[in-house]
Amino acid sequence: MRAFQILIDGFAISALYALGATGFTLIFGVSGVLNLSHGAIMVAAAVAAWAAASILNVGTYAGALIGVGVALLTAFATYFAVVKPIQDSRRIPNEEKEIFVLTGTLLWGIMIQEVIAYFFTNNAKTVLPIVDGVVEILGVRTPKNEIFTAIVCCFVIALLWLLVNRTRTGKAVLAASMNPRGVTLLGLELTNIYVVVWAIYGILAGIAGVLLGMFLGVSSYSVGPLTASAFSIVVLGGLGSVSGSLIAAFVVGYLETLTAYLISPAYRTIPALLLLVFVMYIRPQGLLGRR
Amino acid sequence: MASFFTTRLFFISLALVIIAATLPLYVSGYVLGLLTVAFYFGVFAMAWDLLFGFAGEVNFGPTFLIGVGAYTAGILNAQFGWSVYLCIVLGALASVIAGLVLALPALRVRGPYFGLTTLVAVLMLQNFIVVFADLTGGEIGLTIPDVITINAGANYWIALGFMTISAAILYGLSQSPVGLVLQASGQDPVQAGALGFNIVKHKLAAFIVSAFFSGLSGALLVFYFGTASVGTVVDVAVGVNVIVSAVLGGRRTVLGAALGAIFLIVAGEFLRPTGELATFIVSAVALLVVLFFPGGFLGAALSREARS
Repeated sequence: MRAFQILIDGFAISALYALGATGFTLIFGVSGVLNLSHGAIMVAAAVAAWAAASILNVGTYAGALIGVGVALLTAFATYFAVVKPIQDSRRIPNEEKEIFVLTGTLLWGIMIQEVIAYFFTNNAKTVLPIVDGVVEILGVRTPKNEIFTAIVCCFVIALLWLLVNRTRTGKAVLAASMNPRGVTLLGLELTNIYVVVWAIYGILAGIAGVLLGMFLGVSSYSVGPLTASAFSIVVLGGLGSVSGSLIAAFVVGYLETLTAYLISPAYRTIPALLLLVFVMYIRPQGLLGRR
Repeated sequence: MASFFTTRLFFISLALVIIAATLPLYVSGYVLGLLTVAFYFGVFAMAWDLLFGFAGEVNFGPTFLIGVGAYTAGILNAQFGWSVYLCIVLGALASVIAGLVLALPALRVRGPYFGLTTLVAVLMLQNFIVVFADLTGGEIGLTIPDVITINAGANYWIALGFMTISAAILYGLSQSPVGLVLQASGQDPVQAGALGFNIVKHKLAAFIVSAFFSGLSGALLVFYFGTASVGTVVDVAVGVNVIVSAVLGGRRTVLGAALGAIFLIVAGEFLRPTGELATFIVSAVALLVVLFFPGGFLGAALSREARS
């Protein structure tokens, strides 16, 4: 009974983590950027969906769409206002661009967080779920919304896999992650590929944010923990490896659920952190990472 | 090194310290209190700059070192009643041990991987403090019975003196041959190693020095505040402020980091009337500096001087 509950809850959480982390790792794989405003973009999507549905009364579907749209716009703003200027800057030496991108996106994330807190307060917000009600699976009363979350996450990840492996644009993205110089030599504009990747990232982060808002609720305080969890999942899986992130998301998701159910919700994050430190020591490049 | 005593930077620093030392004669206790905190923060930022700017280690967890020093000193005083000065020394020593623990992964992993390890170290420390609430005071914080002094002027002078001495040591170290080797091993470890320098030894030294000053400053800050809490010395947000200070003031300048920290704290106070938007404005200014003056305040000033 309890085992099934852990199995079901853990799956939904893990699928959500996986969706949030895929976009993050995709950007790193292609352009070497670690986007520390990730959590802020997810929260922006959820709060926008909440505001559209609860204040403007546009309905849950339109609200969710608006949320994803806001995430897409914020992702583009992050790229064009923060990341691209740093990458193009001649005054910043190349080997230091990484820390500048980290600092820049971190500050940008704080700015987004403060704007959200200013206009919509720090209170937790729960986005109205698209599907209501509960069903009984294997004797566990499960909200339909939880199943919906898991299905959407799996569907979107499958779609991403098709996009990357089966379309021309996707193959260009894949090639850029393997060898950016080779791609430019073949006559593809690297900036265009980056824009595509940031668009994919914005949509993924938006969907993950809105679903999170429906499932657990968000507030501007969730920004830091969300970024940290995406960061640790991605490092655990191996930076830049999408399949590694997926595995890591399920490991972390189930580990957290197990701890929360069997020990205490207060210790929820500790085993995952310990695992992360352990993996860093024995396999510094992560589960499926390449050096 | 000897030529430093004739540079403009030296005279400007000397003049600033002398002016700062006379402040208690004519400004209010409120301003002194603000600057006292800012000076301790300046030491945090300088210690961080030694690790990042010179050793090339992206330490996302400066508050791990600060927090270990601060809480060790606080717990020894509050729970065991040991004398203030002994607690401060032991706090700094505990922080050095923490620095060695942090240095272990740094010798194995680089870049973002090391950054994450340091971030995890902070989160673990935070969890530890909350879980062992009996010892540490948990989320409410630890009340510390003793303080160094309650005189605002004396506290100010202690902080100023401490910052000046730390700045002199850290800056001297960064300009010394050791600092140059450190800089070389941060930028290209393979080549620095090929030139016959022991990179491991130099990096360990950098971690120890950085941890010592972070922990000492954290312990002093705790005895100034009279409390130790997660929100003031451990939280990731505090660490972000330390990093932003160093980048704002100019990385790889050491002294700039202190300027950045003082600017950040004073600006935050000036913007207090704007309420919730204060953090937004400070972050936006910091972002603009990062984008348009990547060398920071001191970096921009020094490069202008070099050009003229």
